[in-house]
Amino acid sequence: MSTRNLAKEQPESFAFTADHEARIKGIIAKYPKGYQASAVIPMLDLAQRQEGWVTKPAIDLIAERLGMPVIRVLEVATFYTMFNLHPMGKCHIQVCTSLSCWLRGSNDVVRAFKDKLGVSFGETTSDGAFTVSEVECAGACVNAPVVAVGDEYYEDLNYETMSELIDTLKLGKPPAPGSAVGRQGAEPEGQRSSLTTDPTQPIPKQDLAASMKKFEEAQAGARKPEENA
Amino acid sequence: MPKLTIDGIEIEVDPGVTILQAAEKAGSEIPRFCYHERLSIAGNCRMCLVDVEKSPKPVASCAMPVVEGMVVHTKSEKAVKARNGVMEFLLINHPLDCPICDQGGECDLQDQALAFGHDRGRYGEQKRAVKDKYMGPIVSTIMTRCIHCTRCVRFVEEIGGVAEIGATGRGEDTEITTYLEESLKSELSGNVVDLCPVGALTNKPYAFTARSWELRKTETVDVMDAVGSNVRVDTRGREVMRILPRLNESVNEEWLADKSRNACDGLKYQRLDQPYVRRDGKLEPAEWDDAFGAIAEAIDGVSGDMLAALVGDMVDSESTLALKDLMRALGSVNTDCRQDGAVLDPEVRASYLFNTTISGIEEADAILLIGTNPRKEAPILNARIRKRFVAGGVKIGVIGQADDLTYSYDHISDTADALTKIADGSHPFAQVLKDAEYPMLVLGMGALTRSDGKAILAASHAITESTGMVLGNWNGFNVLHTAASRVGALDLGFVPGEGGRDTRAILDGAASGDIKVVYLLGADEIDTSKLRDTFVIYQGHHGDAGAHVADVILPGAAYTEKNGTYVNTEGRTQLGHRAIFPPGDAREDWSIVRALSERLGKTLPYDNIEQVREKLREANPGFEHIDDIVPAVWENFGVAGSIDSTGFTYPVLNYYQTDPISRASKTMAQCTQEFVLGKTEKATGTHG
Repeated sequence: MSTRNLAKEQPESFAFTADHEARIKGIIAKYPKGYQASAVIPMLDLAQRQEGWVTKPAIDLIAERLGMPVIRVLEVATFYTMFNLHPMGKCHIQVCTSLSCWLRGSNDVVRAFKDKLGVSFGETTSDGAFTVSEVECAGACVNAPVVAVGDEYYEDLNYETMSELIDTLKLGKPPAPGSAVGRQGAEPEGQRSSLTTDPTQPIPKQDLAASMKKFEEAQAGARKPEENA
Repeated sequence: MPKLTIDGIEIEVDPGVTILQAAEKAGSEIPRFCYHERLSIAGNCRMCLVDVEKSPKPVASCAMPVVEGMVVHTKSEKAVKARNGVMEFLLINHPLDCPICDQGGECDLQDQALAFGHDRGRYGEQKRAVKDKYMGPIVSTIMTRCIHCTRCVRFVEEIGGVAEIGATGRGEDTEITTYLEESLKSELSGNVVDLCPVGALTNKPYAFTARSWELRKTETVDVMDAVGSNVRVDTRGREVMRILPRLNESVNEEWLADKSRNACDGLKYQRLDQPYVRRDGKLEPAEWDDAFGAIAEAIDGVSGDMLAALVGDMVDSESTLALKDLMRALGSVNTDCRQDGAVLDPEVRASYLFNTTISGIEEADAILLIGTNPRKEAPILNARIRKRFVAGGVKIGVIGQADDLTYSYDHISDTADALTKIADGSHPFAQVLKDAEYPMLVLGMGALTRSDGKAILAASHAITESTGMVLGNWNGFNVLHTAASRVGALDLGFVPGEGGRDTRAILDGAASGDIKVVYLLGADEIDTSKLRDTFVIYQGHHGDAGAHVADVILPGAAYTEKNGTYVNTEGRTQLGHRAIFPPGDAREDWSIVRALSERLGKTLPYDNIEQVREKLREANPGFEHIDDIVPAVWENFGVAGSIDSTGFTYPVLNYYQTDPISRASKTMAQCTQEFVLGKTEKATGTHG
């Protein structure tokens, strides 16, 4: 990661859509009076959802709306790498290349992008459809390798499944998010290895008195050598 | 009150005090970068780590409140080792460019690296490099040196009141910047240079001109505004290199306004360094003797009522007294120190002082500003009002043009007639003042220089009385002056004598031919076009408006070049000290007047400055109390009358150029371009 600055070319203006305006009203109302500045992150997020990236006019507008100095909004926007400060493709694909994903073959996934889209990290396809970026741990190591497309996670990918996913995304018909190998959530592949018993059955009652006696005996036995010494 | 042990010394401190503050009380100094006693606590530099018993890790003492029974070691092996580690981390990215750094020699990081740094680095990788940011004509940035202490960020937000600096990015990529590298729009911006513990923010006009150890330091007072900020003038040879603030809790705390700090390059340009005499319409260099001869010739046969004298805004009290004595000896009562025509009367001292005092602002709970824009007229005083505002529980009302004063206020009215409404209690703010325990009002020159100024003064007096602003030790009536010489001159009664002319009448008289000779002692803020046909003696240090119309120019000394007494707007008498000698043939002003008096056959009765000061004390006993304030007696003043319903015109429209020195200053010209005219001249390659 390097220094994050606003894009050089910026649109003239920015205005929230009516739908977003309504949501902003609700967001600001959540915070006590005098603490409206807390709405800065949700508002930046809405601005990004609307435009695909956070523009300078959006930052100015949010600062004015929340009565904050512009520099404070800029601080927030540059602090969080999830706020995109440069124009993005319609579809933002974030590829995790951290340790777990890498061990499970994220290099192949990355290769799929290069082959299929011809772009490397931080680049947007010439048709403006895809932007691919490299991210740190996406927090889904158990389903590694993982990519995030917009808000959705696609998991357990390899070269082939990633290529297929790109094809479907190109057609605008993305499959349901989740595991590409048919796992349910983070369950193990194939047979279950734990929690094999029926969870609806009552847990067998424990004999606490017997357990206590056993524990005390063990304690006494452990102390003996010391006494002898 | 918690009791704790610091380095073996048991100490009892107020609850809520941090370990660092307690340690200071116990006599143990803890190194720090981000902590500053006048700013909020950030706790991000970690240099102040101390060893607290029973604490598993070293503790950042600046951010940790004391607890009963705490045992703190500030110099234990653990504490020192922790700081060594912090220092090593700081130096990973900080460049080792001290030899070319302006902060070198007065750098916190340099000093502390000596105590806590290693003799070599263990970090072989590339250092971080950060692009420099543009912050305006006063602050120069070398951002690679920044250690992210955020003192500048906190200063501009908390004290300056303009949240324009921020830290963008995160972690190692954090960068301190203004929004889109706009210049820092604060009259106090120069203070971030003092606050910066490293060489990231440095004084732009001073850049690469001197090293701190070659400078001679002279403690004196500032005359750029009427606050009388305590300053230290750093000189090398015969040149003022820079001006820094000096700690004075009652006046400027440790801040200094930009003009006071950076107008000093004006002392090098446009200087009058030898006498001039106008011959055939042209000013020609002359000897002192010729100049005095020309004056003697011009004055010869001119009766006292055709003579007049005006005192300018930066004149010391000694010279004022000498000129007054000379004029009276010549039989003239046409003397005035109120160039702007303010209706201030020396009869009642309380009527022209900032009686509450600057530190008294911190006790006020309701403030009414009348015809004044303190941000431009006295930024340091405005910072006090903001300090009071930030502390909470104060109501501020403004009568006059609305402007960003760095705090929020009730804008009562644009026009002056609102005063009458407050005086008779029909305006709700009158009740606010009445309900307040310590109410105060500040009357600016924008109000007092109007033709109805006396009525405004009377109305303000009425408000003061009716809202109970004068009670016991509290006097809430304040006049905010814009001229450093004004209070001293009023104390000395440098106003028209019996039947004498004031500034306007003198100028009108000069235009009509009733006044033959006008003596301008550093007076430049007047309509000099009226003086074309008069014999004008200009005594001063800069070739400004007054010198242009002069027939004889007597080169005087600027405030850094003479020992002088100045009385600030509070009535605090302070001594200025000579840092360098005046250029060329220029002399200390009182001695010029003294020499001239001898030539004119009216020899003044003093031969050295001590004798002048003796006379000062005779003229007004207030001059005995150096650095102190004698509270003025509350009396009746002002002349009741009708107040026009017109708006106020503020006396300071361009903060950066108000006097001959700042008008000659290149830095102030740049500031005017940038902040007043709005034409940004960015250095190439710093933007984007």
